[in-house]
Amino acid sequence: MTKNCHNDYKMKFSLEEEYPDLSQHNNHMAKALTKEIYEKLRSKSTPSGFTLDDIIQTGVDNPGHPFIMTVGCVAGDEESYEVFKDLLDPVISDRHGGYKPTDKHNTDLNWENLKGGDDLDPNYVQSSRVRTGRSIKGYTLPPHNSRGERRAVEKLSIEAMTSLDGEFKGKYYPLKDMTEKEQDQLIADHFLFDKPVSPLLLASGMARDWPDARGIYHNDNKTFLVWVNEEDHLRVISMQKGGNMKEVFKRFCVGLQKIEDVFKKHNHGFMWNEHLGFILTCPSNLGTGLRGGVHVKLPKLSTHPKFEEILTRLRLQKRGTGGVDTASVGGVFDISNADRLGSSEVQQVQLVVDGVKLMIEMEKKLEKGESIDDMIPAQK
Amino acid sequence: MASNFARILSSKRNVGILSLVGAGSLSVGFFLTREQYVSAGAQVRRLYPASADYPDLRKHNNCMASHLTPALYAKLCDKATPNGFTLDQAIQTGVDNPGHPFIKTVGMVAGDEESYEVFADLFDPVIKERHNGYNARIMKHPTDLESSKIRGGQFDDNYVLSSRVRTGRSIRGLSLPPACTRAERREVERVVISALAGLKGNLAGKYYSLTEMTEKEQQQLIDDHFLFDKPVSPLLTCAGMARDWPDARGIWHNNEKTFLVWVNEEDHTRVISMEKGGNMKRVFERFCRGLQEVEHLIQEKGWEFMWNEHLGYILTCPSNLGTGLRAGVHIKLPRLSKDPRFPKILDNLRLQKRGTGGVDTAAVGSTFDISNLDRLGQSEVQLVQTVIDGVNYLIECEKRLEKGQDIKIPAPISQFK
Repeated sequence: MTKNCHNDYKMKFSLEEEYPDLSQHNNHMAKALTKEIYEKLRSKSTPSGFTLDDIIQTGVDNPGHPFIMTVGCVAGDEESYEVFKDLLDPVISDRHGGYKPTDKHNTDLNWENLKGGDDLDPNYVQSSRVRTGRSIKGYTLPPHNSRGERRAVEKLSIEAMTSLDGEFKGKYYPLKDMTEKEQDQLIADHFLFDKPVSPLLLASGMARDWPDARGIYHNDNKTFLVWVNEEDHLRVISMQKGGNMKEVFKRFCVGLQKIEDVFKKHNHGFMWNEHLGFILTCPSNLGTGLRGGVHVKLPKLSTHPKFEEILTRLRLQKRGTGGVDTASVGGVFDISNADRLGSSEVQQVQLVVDGVKLMIEMEKKLEKGESIDDMIPAQK
Repeated sequence: MASNFARILSSKRNVGILSLVGAGSLSVGFFLTREQYVSAGAQVRRLYPASADYPDLRKHNNCMASHLTPALYAKLCDKATPNGFTLDQAIQTGVDNPGHPFIKTVGMVAGDEESYEVFADLFDPVIKERHNGYNARIMKHPTDLESSKIRGGQFDDNYVLSSRVRTGRSIRGLSLPPACTRAERREVERVVISALAGLKGNLAGKYYSLTEMTEKEQQQLIDDHFLFDKPVSPLLTCAGMARDWPDARGIWHNNEKTFLVWVNEEDHTRVISMEKGGNMKRVFERFCRGLQEVEHLIQEKGWEFMWNEHLGYILTCPSNLGTGLRAGVHIKLPRLSKDPRFPKILDNLRLQKRGTGGVDTAAVGSTFDISNLDRLGQSEVQLVQTVIDGVNYLIECEKRLEKGQDIKIPAPISQFK
């Protein structure tokens, strides 16, 4: 057990003295945290030494935005979600549509269960993509890990990925040893991730020691990509141009399974439990950690007054084509599933496939000057 | 209130009575030898051997990276100060910021007073490199705030636009900004503003808390160029000193706007005396008087500044040890600044130039910020005298160049008088 002597020292000060000032704050952590909860949890730490203040630091440092509700807390290891459940359970409930501490999460990575999804109109859908994250059991998470641990995660990950064959065969590019030529190519492919600049991430400590033990793997076809040691141990991405989401999802599921098999051989499978599904750094990514989406041209529908409502009913969200917190360019939107926890991977990708198909039909109607009022879906 | 914290009620001149109030070994630590520190401090249990955790410093150019060998890392990595500050925390900023081929940053910080002892095997060579060979084990640092000893110090206003002296002070018994808890930071704020409230005469003033300031007050402070904002420099943010911003941060200034104190920015306090024009002597007089009065006021309540006879005033960054003093002027040197001998002249005078925005800024027009290079090993009086003599020399050079006369590079002045 790793002793957190700084937390012992901190316990000498009173609750009143240590309690953060959250009067200007608007994030899930600030909504959920009370003095009672802080008092109860402040003396605790996970076996690896992660404490309540570590969990909430990012939310204290980033008061948030009146319109955008950030999560405001992170996990430092698998045990964080247990040791600090008095805080994290209400945060999870608030973020994931009322998910209860007793609920069970269903994991379904059988791509064959997806119906359709191979025929989204390529005149509208420019590209399709599915991403998720995975954490390696037995190691602490990016906000907390030491250099030794991070390097161990990288080493195992490289072994897992370089064992891949067939369409998954590819190469690993460590960030710190990359040549300029490799770097330029990765940038041109839109694969390269850089040191986080968002204060939401920096304040949680996940950018420490950059770029040590960080890197990118991608297959030769450039359709399967893994980020190592960015916000999570692994971020796994399957993508391709056009609208064949089924193929993207198949590659995603098959690739994940192959990688998992290698980790399991070393007794370091993925962090998962039947209540929270896959365990990731940010509570917003629990469950499937899955964001499946398309870049789709919807210039008319996106300006329709019911666009937001349609998205909400379809359980979808829109982003600009630069990803989270970017604006749309030329009527092209990133449309993806809004949910992560409480429904399975297949269910979430199904919502994207069905929803995008419907929206394209609406777009076509609007192009012909027809009304779409009778097409507005019921709440899914 | 003070009984929650351990304090030492001894003056810096006589190592006399040690009075312990409250729990914790941190008050005892000050008087222990280094070996006793290392065993009195906490041990950190590590999951990995030191070699697995040793940082990759191959692309780094900072003082920490120059001196942290794998062997030294292995020796120190499982140690912690009594408050729990570790080596990894001390060096994080230097690991995260490789540095620049031309500018050598320090690359490490202290989390508390005891850091300089527990991690002396790394701090000492860093201090030596940064402070011109100063040997912290052997040498003694002179502290002298008797401003009456200053000779001259009233510059020609045609050249000198403004004069300023700044330093920092830390409150003994409370952790430093990289490590402090919210409670400690708030206690620093309480101790300091209570003392400042006791200042009278031309030092009387007001405190503006960053969390409570009105928009009007904020604008006024911006217009006066007094407002400091959340640090953006990764050198500072990676060290953890911006946590919980803006909780317990604030600015105090006197009504005349010539004496200013920053609370809980990079150090517990930064103390600044300034005014327009070239009267450095008066600026330094006010500086010394203000510091001495604040010290007196905190001592009345049982507190004192962190100081010892080897390192002088203890501050977060090793570069600010000793006096922590930067005395400087904004000065117009249109001809001299274009002379190729300018850098060498500054160097020999133990001065440095900066842009008028402060560190890492460029000069505007030909107005420069000229200040002392050194911090440790010479007293406040000595350093300010150095600045005064040096600036006088620079003005002489500028005047000579105006008249078409030649100038000379002065002989280098010695350090560690």
